[in-house]
Amino acid sequence: MPKQSPIPDGLDKPFYDACNEGRLVVQYCGNCRRFQFPPLPACSSCGQAAALTWRQVSGRGRIKSRVVVHDTPVTSLVPDQPFNVALIALEEEPGVVMLSHLPGTPVDEVPIGATVEVIFETTPATGQKVPEWRVVP
Amino acid sequence: MPTESAPHSWFRNRDGMGLWEGRGKVVATGVGVSPTERRWNERPETSMGALTIMAIRKAIEDAGISPDEIDGLVLTPDSTTGISNDPNTPPPDGWDKVFKMASFPQAGITRGDIDWILLNMPELKNVKFTMNGPTCMSVSFVTAAEAVARGLTKTCLVVRGWHNLAGRYYVGQGAAAQDTISGSQKYGAPWGVPACAPTAMIFQEYCERYGKNHDMMAPFVLNERRNGLMNPNGYYTQHRPEMLTVEDYLNARWIAKPANIFDNDLPIMAALAVVYTTPERAKDHKQKPVYILGHGQTRPESRVMPTLEEWERATDRMGRILYESSGIGPDDLSFENMYDGFTLFHQFHLEGIRFAARGEKRGYALDLYQTDISIEGPNPVSPSGGNNGNGRTRFWLHMDSILQLQGRSPSQIKKPAEFGVSGAHMPNYCDALIWSANPPV
Repeated sequence: MPKQSPIPDGLDKPFYDACNEGRLVVQYCGNCRRFQFPPLPACSSCGQAAALTWRQVSGRGRIKSRVVVHDTPVTSLVPDQPFNVALIALEEEPGVVMLSHLPGTPVDEVPIGATVEVIFETTPATGQKVPEWRVVP
Repeated sequence: MPTESAPHSWFRNRDGMGLWEGRGKVVATGVGVSPTERRWNERPETSMGALTIMAIRKAIEDAGISPDEIDGLVLTPDSTTGISNDPNTPPPDGWDKVFKMASFPQAGITRGDIDWILLNMPELKNVKFTMNGPTCMSVSFVTAAEAVARGLTKTCLVVRGWHNLAGRYYVGQGAAAQDTISGSQKYGAPWGVPACAPTAMIFQEYCERYGKNHDMMAPFVLNERRNGLMNPNGYYTQHRPEMLTVEDYLNARWIAKPANIFDNDLPIMAALAVVYTTPERAKDHKQKPVYILGHGQTRPESRVMPTLEEWERATDRMGRILYESSGIGPDDLSFENMYDGFTLFHQFHLEGIRFAARGEKRGYALDLYQTDISIEGPNPVSPSGGNNGNGRTRFWLHMDSILQLQGRSPSQIKKPAEFGVSGAHMPNYCDALIWSANPPV
């Protein structure tokens, strides 16, 4: 699906660079021993910036929930309606979530609880890759 | 000069803060609400600012006081339907012939502004205390309560207006129409979720976890419309006075399944003003004083999208803070008027405050909806009708809580109204208050 291309900034460049290399990295706080996403200048729990590093994660997760979008605000996605949007909980830390269109999964047939693995999808405007997720057969 | 917001220390946002120091020292008396419209017709006299002035004058009249007695004004400047905050958009032709202009050109049109109100309401000549309650009128209700309790104002207006311009206000507009995206939206927006989708997603998980389904929402949605249609000030009463049926609800078009069009509130134009004062001064007001016993606040954790666990955590905390703050318990509540716009999250608020719980903690609200939740029944749910029964304002709930406890709500509950709760907006981003018909003992 023709997603909008995110424009990286100083904070999240490592995340988007890794996507372009086919790796999923997430901020990790060494103080709190926890991941966080989206990227922030400091840990949202302890407030420390120095304790944050980028860590590669397994790229596996679980479908936590889903909706079927019939009335998207994003112009470029209108021709693909209706479409799935799933909430993916990362294997390493289920409190960290990302969104997915679940390519390959028919509309309204999302298996909640199923294991998914990350793939990377190229967005048309700039070629920036973003994480997407596919159900593990 | 920009109006300031209340300091963080005024808000009760954690466990262990004890009884609220202002408990019983602040009351609401007069209430004024403007007529509603679906959209602005670009005439100055029907603008959000004009509606706001109308609501303020009605509230002062309702309280039976002179405008001279008003010495405080707390306002929610944001109006989140339609464009807001764009200083480069000039007002329409003729605007400056009707209203005096504040420094912000959109003041009174797409944004509330205390300077603009005071410029255009010369009768408010004794206002010394002003403060903004950003984002949601619930913040203003709490801010003004703290201001009166702290002695910063004796008789204070709490005010909010809403605008709605022509057209769809975020679908295919602005950033959504671009092929690139920047800022914090870029982590979620490319997936194209409408505003109700996070709520729908968490509702879906709620249903999976507790064995419920979307059809079980029908009695709640119909109850809201019924209660709203009793309110002569509500949008549906004034413009679309038709009751919904179960079939209407179950067959409605999806926006983000499981959220349909009736699970979304309707953007409208409207304004509300409420008079706060001290119990001593309220003896000279026309309306019965309604006491504020306590208040609470929650704010979101940092995520692309909130989760079921976060909403349950946040609303549980809100319940604990409210009861600790006010000194009452869930069994004392005569009704609940928590936020409903979107309908699919009302149950999180309801379960967080343990309304009508019979030992249940989570997953009971949709079962409660299958019982008598009407104003005639033992557990009146959302007697105001909320946003869903009256149009989007996030203020009907507070207004009705005051009117219920004064015994003059158009949808008055049949059992005695002694204690009520109202709060908005999201389950993890909420400010709420406990109201009482009588002073605390």
